Amino acid sequence: MASITNPDNRRPVAKPPNKLFRNLSAKVAALPMIATALVIFVGCSAWSIFYSFTSSKSLPREKFVGIDQYVRLFKTSRWQESMENILIYGVCSLVFSLIVGFLLAVFLDQKIRFENTFRTIFLYPFALSFIVTGLVWQWILNQNFGIQKVIQDLGFTSFELDLLSNKDMAIYAIVIAGLWQGTGLVMALMLAGLRSIDQEIWKASRVDGIPAWRTYLFIVIPMMRPVFVTTLVLIAAGIVKVYDLVVALTDGGPGIASEVPAKYVYDYMFANNNLGQGLAASTVMLTTVLIILIPWGLMEFGEKKAKKQVIDG
Amino acid sequence: MGNSTVLSSLDRSGPSGPKPRRLISTRNIVIYGFLIVAALYYLLPLYVMVVTSLKGMPEIRMGNIFSPPMEITFAPWVKAWDTACTGLYCEGLKVGFWNSIQILVPSTIISIIIASVNGYALSFWRFKGSEVFFTILLFGAFIPYQVMLYPIVIILRELGLFSSLAGVTLVHVIFGMPILTLLFRNYFAGIPMELFKAARVDGAGFWRIFLQIMLPMSLPIFVVAMIIQITGIWNDFLFGVIYAGTKNFPMTVQLNNIVNTTQGVKEYNVNMAATLLTGALPLVVYFVSGKLFVRGIAAGAVKG
Repeated sequence: MASITNPDNRRPVAKPPNKLFRNLSAKVAALPMIATALVIFVGCSAWSIFYSFTSSKSLPREKFVGIDQYVRLFKTSRWQESMENILIYGVCSLVFSLIVGFLLAVFLDQKIRFENTFRTIFLYPFALSFIVTGLVWQWILNQNFGIQKVIQDLGFTSFELDLLSNKDMAIYAIVIAGLWQGTGLVMALMLAGLRSIDQEIWKASRVDGIPAWRTYLFIVIPMMRPVFVTTLVLIAAGIVKVYDLVVALTDGGPGIASEVPAKYVYDYMFANNNLGQGLAASTVMLTTVLIILIPWGLMEFGEKKAKKQVIDG
Repeated sequence: MGNSTVLSSLDRSGPSGPKPRRLISTRNIVIYGFLIVAALYYLLPLYVMVVTSLKGMPEIRMGNIFSPPMEITFAPWVKAWDTACTGLYCEGLKVGFWNSIQILVPSTIISIIIASVNGYALSFWRFKGSEVFFTILLFGAFIPYQVMLYPIVIILRELGLFSSLAGVTLVHVIFGMPILTLLFRNYFAGIPMELFKAARVDGAGFWRIFLQIMLPMSLPIFVVAMIIQITGIWNDFLFGVIYAGTKNFPMTVQLNNIVNTTQGVKEYNVNMAATLLTGALPLVVYFVSGKLFVRGIAAGAVKG
């Protein structure tokens, strides 16, 4: 009897020799995740950062040149153009996709008819690839047959919408195509955010006679802050990665007018046999993402900690 | 009688249903005006693609891109599928289509198996360090792929998988892991712990609980995972162009090669047919899956 009621006496004998084998199935199941996290996300990133300080050409070599690659990178006009373009693209797509996405969500949230139809229409481009998106807009913006010609044929002979062959405008063609593809996502996230807000707010503001637009601006939007932050981070992470869209729509042209960092990396690594440059450029991209990501991570983490303290205390 | 009117109003939600408010008011004109203009902007490219792909080249040169075809022809579709030139050879998109299928099917299945078991382990069988690895995995999802492209080339070369379908499949499995693991972990976290404990008391182990209890309960989330993976992998360009090798280029890469090839006369109708063919699969998935698609894209985003 005693041995049953007090099994602890026996524990040391029956205990497996190694802690590592406890919960073994779960560890085996988690192996792919552990390998991906360590080898790919940590290992490969570290490898790239390490070799960005070498003079590697077509193959990686451990010949260190300090920050030479970075100095050369920032002196290259193509990289400067790429950074400028990603800034234009980034600011435009952030601002417009947030505004348009939010407006679409607000209008859809007015208890309208055909809500599902409208939502389906706004979101379908998001199912398409950037390649498809780029090629469609290349055709619509075609200077000989596209929108420009249609409007000129209507009698407005001086009308010009020649984005793709205009050096200063090509990046805006990418913005337009990118917005067409991605605003639906923002709309969907915002709509989910709007629906998650307590409907009592609306009753209260109606009782107080506050107009709807003021309720949105001063009550609903501040309440939706987490949704906005998450959306912002998602869009920003997507902006840094933009590559396929440029390849399909302009291929960086005319000249280098619509080059972007991701394309610079690809071209130097796989086409120009200048590995060191490509790795340095990719490291700069990583740094940019970290600058966006770390404050967000700290904020999220800090908030959770604060909430926990409130609950505990 | 009452039943049938309810049904018909659900089906078409036409103007037959009851409506307390006046239909034509300034408010409604603004709302529907805005929504309809926006809907036209979003529908326009799809419309242009369809009408262009059904016209002959002479008509395209003469008319405008918005006018419907005067003579409908399916020749561009046949050519895009069968004989369009990618710059190197003229076998059409069908080669890319089959390559994409061969990449898509194993990548989707393998990544979902791994992620579901992993999400289950992270919810019910936590071990020391499991959350740390998971956090690294999630942060890894935000690292630009460009940083990891070259080291992965080396890894694949060492494994003998570079320039092969298996290689690009492996890459898709790896990069699908963060979002899918998050998806499954969040889903399993919502299942009551009591259920798990009851199964444990009854003597079921890791795999048995997963296969006999968790799996049957979580079919919807598997569908969501499939939607994410099918659209994501099908639409991929970067991994395909780097890791698949010229012979195994997926459909997106071949499409880009066909349309942006510099040689020969541009055949816009063939290009648009090819573009539609490449976009067809994710579009079908989208229209069939409906709300689950929205759930899929919101899954990784809103929770976090």
